[in-house]
Amino acid sequence: MTTTLGVEATGPTRPRGGDLVQQFEAGLDAPICLTWELTYACNLACAHCLSSSGRRDPRELTTEQCEAVIDELERMQVFYVNIGGGEPTVRPDFWHLVEYAVAHHVGVKFSTNGVRLTPERARWLASTDYVDVQISLDGATADVNDRVRGPGSYDTAITALRNLHEAGFKDPKLSVVCTRENIPQLDEFKSIADAYGATLRLTRLRPSGRGADVWDVLHPLPAQQRELYDWLVARGDNVLTGDSFFHLAPFGEKLPGLNLCGAGRVVCLIDPIGDVYACPFAIHEEFLAGNVLEAGFQHVWQTSRLFADLRSPQTGGACTSCQFFDACRGGCMAAKFFTGLPLDGPDPECVQGYGEAALAAPREVPAASQDHSRSSPGRNAPVLLTLQRRPPTTACDENPLAGTAASAHS
Amino acid sequence: MVASGAEQARVDLAEAWELSPSVALRPEPFGALAYHFGNRKLTFLKRPDLVALVRALASAPSVASALDIVGISARQRAAYLDALSGLAATDMIRKRAS
Repeated sequence: MTTTLGVEATGPTRPRGGDLVQQFEAGLDAPICLTWELTYACNLACAHCLSSSGRRDPRELTTEQCEAVIDELERMQVFYVNIGGGEPTVRPDFWHLVEYAVAHHVGVKFSTNGVRLTPERARWLASTDYVDVQISLDGATADVNDRVRGPGSYDTAITALRNLHEAGFKDPKLSVVCTRENIPQLDEFKSIADAYGATLRLTRLRPSGRGADVWDVLHPLPAQQRELYDWLVARGDNVLTGDSFFHLAPFGEKLPGLNLCGAGRVVCLIDPIGDVYACPFAIHEEFLAGNVLEAGFQHVWQTSRLFADLRSPQTGGACTSCQFFDACRGGCMAAKFFTGLPLDGPDPECVQGYGEAALAAPREVPAASQDHSRSSPGRNAPVLLTLQRRPPTTACDENPLAGTAASAHS
Repeated sequence: MVASGAEQARVDLAEAWELSPSVALRPEPFGALAYHFGNRKLTFLKRPDLVALVRALASAPSVASALDIVGISARQRAAYLDALSGLAATDMIRKRAS
């Protein structure tokens, strides 16, 4: 053991040896799963975008600043980063940064809607080790996908998958956010992945970013949670989940994975301007740990007060009296925060039904602390997003509370 | 995907093994993280002495010798051999060309 870098004095003392879950809860010297959103710019405007992306932020890290981050990740032995956005491939220096990372022993998996995955680029990717590609698709048919991700986005994703397949790229990931509308299509997603030699990856819809606006209409219904769990048990052997469904564990046997919230412990996010957040689903000032431009990423990871708190023993609140607490650990912090639920209470999608009760109680959904959405819907805006723009309830309704819960109660 | 490899992956005491060239180890208080840049598999070496054993393989003439160097007792050898076989199944360690 040569390079154990202590957490600062205020941090919790970490156990040596012993249970891996306890180790992870206390935090590691460097993250295992680091997400890096390279840009808020995006050609799409998905209704449920976690990072409310659309417009480039003028403070976006420069190429040199990105290289410095990669240098630091190499020193910290962060073995790979999950690069996303926005749409990362629209950054003019994107392919350069991928090459730079790989040359510095930082493997790359990048998430894309496929817009820049031409046959030529696919051939280049197929010839490169250490680069993995994840294509986002949120419907197994164009109608289901495009309603959420925008017109033409299904064809773009399938074309990208085909280009990768034809170029001989091995085992790309087909990444699906599970929604009320696509859970009936799980078998079809698997077929698409199989057809292109891809691995299916299913993740949970979070009420983060623009996701907060559409969560009520898109998050899986209770019966669908069961359907999803049963499907994962029956067919999930070669399906990735990003450990995102641990709130379903009380249904029965635990799903593969760590079944714990990794935020600030083994997971974190660097955003396009260098801000470091506790997890990819928590882009909000409440979960902002620092910025890489101040004293570097390692400094944030190892000395932030927020991360020290997250690595301290957490109270489960009311959940600790539930017999399934050990299975779900209270669920997802971000899901609770963005639905206005207390962090030490049940997950909004608690499969024991405690979430529904909590959602029915008075609560205040936090305001977004950043939004890079385009101000007017472009030609690629998905139908669902357009529907969310809430026109006046009637042409002459002048009540400023028209259409809100408050007016319904008045 | 690695099933065929797993079947051949039994590590024998008399053989010489080493950490795969595509694998990096990152020390952590519990042991180490091992990451394979080729197959992108991440493995947790959950005990510091397993990390020491894996590191000792390359310069030891045999697995048995590496076990001795690290000080693994005879009683624990079977468990450590199983752990090594598990690592071999995902190409974290590989047999050395003699």
